[in-house]
Amino acid sequence: MEKKINITVQNMVKEDNQNKQGSGNSKDDKGILEVQNLSAWYGKTLAIKNISMSIRSNAIMSIIGPSGCGKSTFIRCLNRMHEVSHGGRTEGCIMLDGKDIYARDADPVVIRRRIGMVFQKPAPFPTMSVFDNVAAGLKLTQFWSRRWELEEVVERSLRQAALWDEVKDKLHQSGASLSGGQQQRLCIARAIAVQPEVILLDEPCSALDPASTLKIEDLMRSLVTQYSIVIVTHNMQQAARVSDMAGFFLADQDQAGILIEYGKTSQLFTNPKDKRTEDYITGRFG
Amino acid sequence: MNNLNERGHARRKWINRIMLVLSGTAAAIAILILALILGYAMIKGISYLNLTLLTQASKPVGETGGGMRNEIFGTLILVALGSIIALPIGLLAGVYLAEYANPKLAATIRFTADILAGVPSIVVGVFVYAIMVIPMHSYSAVSGGVALAIIMVPVVARTAEESLRLVPDSMREAALALGITRWRAVVGVVIPGAMTGIITGIMLAVARIAGETAPLLFTALGSSFGLQGLLKPIGSLSLLIYHYALSPYKSQQQQAWAGAFLLIVLVLGINIIVRWVSNRKQF
Amino acid sequence: MAIKRNEQKTLTPGSMKCPRFIRRSGYTDNIFSNLTLFFAIVMVVILVALVIILTRDAMPAINKFGFSFITNTMWNPVTDVFGALPAIYGTLITSLIGLLIAVPISFGAAIFLVELAPNWLKGPASFIIEMLAAIPSVIIGLWGLYVLVPVVRHPIEKWLGSHLGGLPFFQGPPFGVGFLAAGLVLAIMTIPIITAVSRDSMKAVPNEQREAMYALGATRWEVINKAVLPYCRTGMVGGVILGLGRALGETMAVTMVIGNSNKLTASLFSPGTTIASTIASQFGEASTGVQTGSLIELALILFGVTLIVNVIARTLVWRMTSLKAAKK
Repeated sequence: MEKKINITVQNMVKEDNQNKQGSGNSKDDKGILEVQNLSAWYGKTLAIKNISMSIRSNAIMSIIGPSGCGKSTFIRCLNRMHEVSHGGRTEGCIMLDGKDIYARDADPVVIRRRIGMVFQKPAPFPTMSVFDNVAAGLKLTQFWSRRWELEEVVERSLRQAALWDEVKDKLHQSGASLSGGQQQRLCIARAIAVQPEVILLDEPCSALDPASTLKIEDLMRSLVTQYSIVIVTHNMQQAARVSDMAGFFLADQDQAGILIEYGKTSQLFTNPKDKRTEDYITGRFG
Repeated sequence: MNNLNERGHARRKWINRIMLVLSGTAAAIAILILALILGYAMIKGISYLNLTLLTQASKPVGETGGGMRNEIFGTLILVALGSIIALPIGLLAGVYLAEYANPKLAATIRFTADILAGVPSIVVGVFVYAIMVIPMHSYSAVSGGVALAIIMVPVVARTAEESLRLVPDSMREAALALGITRWRAVVGVVIPGAMTGIITGIMLAVARIAGETAPLLFTALGSSFGLQGLLKPIGSLSLLIYHYALSPYKSQQQQAWAGAFLLIVLVLGINIIVRWVSNRKQF
Repeated sequence: MAIKRNEQKTLTPGSMKCPRFIRRSGYTDNIFSNLTLFFAIVMVVILVALVIILTRDAMPAINKFGFSFITNTMWNPVTDVFGALPAIYGTLITSLIGLLIAVPISFGAAIFLVELAPNWLKGPASFIIEMLAAIPSVIIGLWGLYVLVPVVRHPIEKWLGSHLGGLPFFQGPPFGVGFLAAGLVLAIMTIPIITAVSRDSMKAVPNEQREAMYALGATRWEVINKAVLPYCRTGMVGGVILGLGRALGETMAVTMVIGNSNKLTASLFSPGTTIASTIASQFGEASTGVQTGSLIELALILFGVTLIVNVIARTLVWRMTSLKAAKK
């Protein structure tokens, strides 16, 4: 398996023109999201501790690590969904365009418009048609919307999500009538319809078959020119295939998740700085 | 195993047989009772049913003809009044219990709803008499509607709450992640997701109040005239059945059976349709 | 897998016209949640108002009679003296008869529905029994008056009178209307609810319990009796008490078959009255403040009794369902 990853990574390295030295903490390149000393709790239990990282714009950052080390908690903090969970609490700040999304006067609703999320289990709204699903983010915030405006946005979003051809005749069927892979792409279309700047994906392919998984990976590479993407995945090959940057999480002795290292994917996989990263990549655990 | 006591074993088998037969008989009795009541009422009722009963107002005793048209309308009007009052209160209370309430307050309110649902309907009628009929110095359709609404509200609230709880959290999260406000998420995504259950609950509550008599005895009072205004008394099928059943006049007793037929068709009809539809929707 | 780097941008993030109504979302959320809270509180207010108003309007009677209201057997509009004992007795005795008849039938039906019936029969049979619950009370009263009461008069009361006439319960002329008929009608009306709750309780028993019993060589009935019933005892008792609560408050059907006579007698054949039927038959004609107040005091007593019974029932049934949830 080690060889397979190395071959994939070397292919990426060959094709990648931006082959600069990547260290974990590039000071010249301010990312679209700057995470600074983020910690999060569920009630009294500390879930992640002191995470700091920079998320580059127009790049795919993958969050990898064994299960239970806070990857999902972390990504849910990025769009303030963590506080929706029972007893969710955070400390630290996350700068979006220089402004802290956890500031006192920051409105979570606006933040979630700018940072969208797709969940692990495809969750189309079953009572709405495909069309209404994609338009949901718009219909539920504006007090009116002209039909043609919605149609334009729905078509654009479905095209970008590589789903238009498959559903253009089924726009008024229920969102739940699609296959699993299609449902997930529908959720992606729904998320991009509101034009976020960042798209978060929490293990988006873990409930899907391999063919759908590859389609979604292709989709992500095509979206990255316009959006910044963060993806949580427990599948290392996927991270190697798809992402530009990677962050490796691990649970410390108190069961809280910490960030071991992050940097360019190619470098993390071929020349990790931390021994624990190397152990994980080479399959010694996880 | 040779310590099997032959006689004890036979006795156990015998007891087993008897008890199984008894329980089957019990179920048969329960079903038989329903058949007896329904069958008799439907057959007798339909035999006295004719077009005049449905289309005419009632006439004084002794005169032939006359019908229960006004009472039919009365039932519909009272049900409509009760629903108009009860549905907003019940639904929004149910939304509160399911979406917003902190656990302690929710438990208290839920408890109150269950108590309110258990209040005998005649007590509700007496209450509405005291707060509406007396100050207004008259019986009225409105007070009948209020009495029915008080019976409906806790039922609607609890079924709405339970239907909303069945909506998975993943839907709520997916909606919030789109950057819409909480109340828009509830109204635009969660409530539609629970709509089947909510409508089922509403229809069953409507069927229940359509057949209620006791709360109307001292509020709507009953009348053989049609809708004279919301502030005047009004009759209903259930009140008609009650009064005519106790009447010494054969013609009115017959009308009681006919009215019973109509009421059964209405109430059981709603029940059957609702349950059939909701059974179909469950895959 | 080519990495597309130079796709022309058609949508730039944030380029869409910002919807004009995005503002601090906090306060619309607050308005809505407070609105729902308001209506939830309305329910509480209704209940509290009910208690207060009923107490206030029962005051004329409470002041005049005090505790003797419950022990007095006279109900005399002429002398303006009222006592609730016959009504209380009637309520209790009719509910007791109703439960005595309904409980064995309901338990038996529930056992049949859960353990014995073939699968194709379970759904329809349950449905039919639930339909019994949906029949309006006044229709059961109508049927009771014209179909049941004649049968009760003859042969039922005749048979009981001639064979068990030694007991004070079965003495006296067979009127037909009276405590016995009312008890039968209440039995009919409580069977559906006791059956439904018992059925749910028995369904909640995990199959492992049954299988363990079978493995010991038990007969079908022994499995039910020793493995299933003890497990769901709480729920079934809760169902019975729930049925009791329903029976205590039942008005129309009882009023139509009980004869409405303010008598306190051991004979089940005799006409009598219950709290609910006293209120129903007399409220319209109450003339004095004391009479109305007495009727309202009756309503208050009925409310209190059904409240206690329902709370007990709810606690028992709740305990059963939380046990079931814990097992899962």
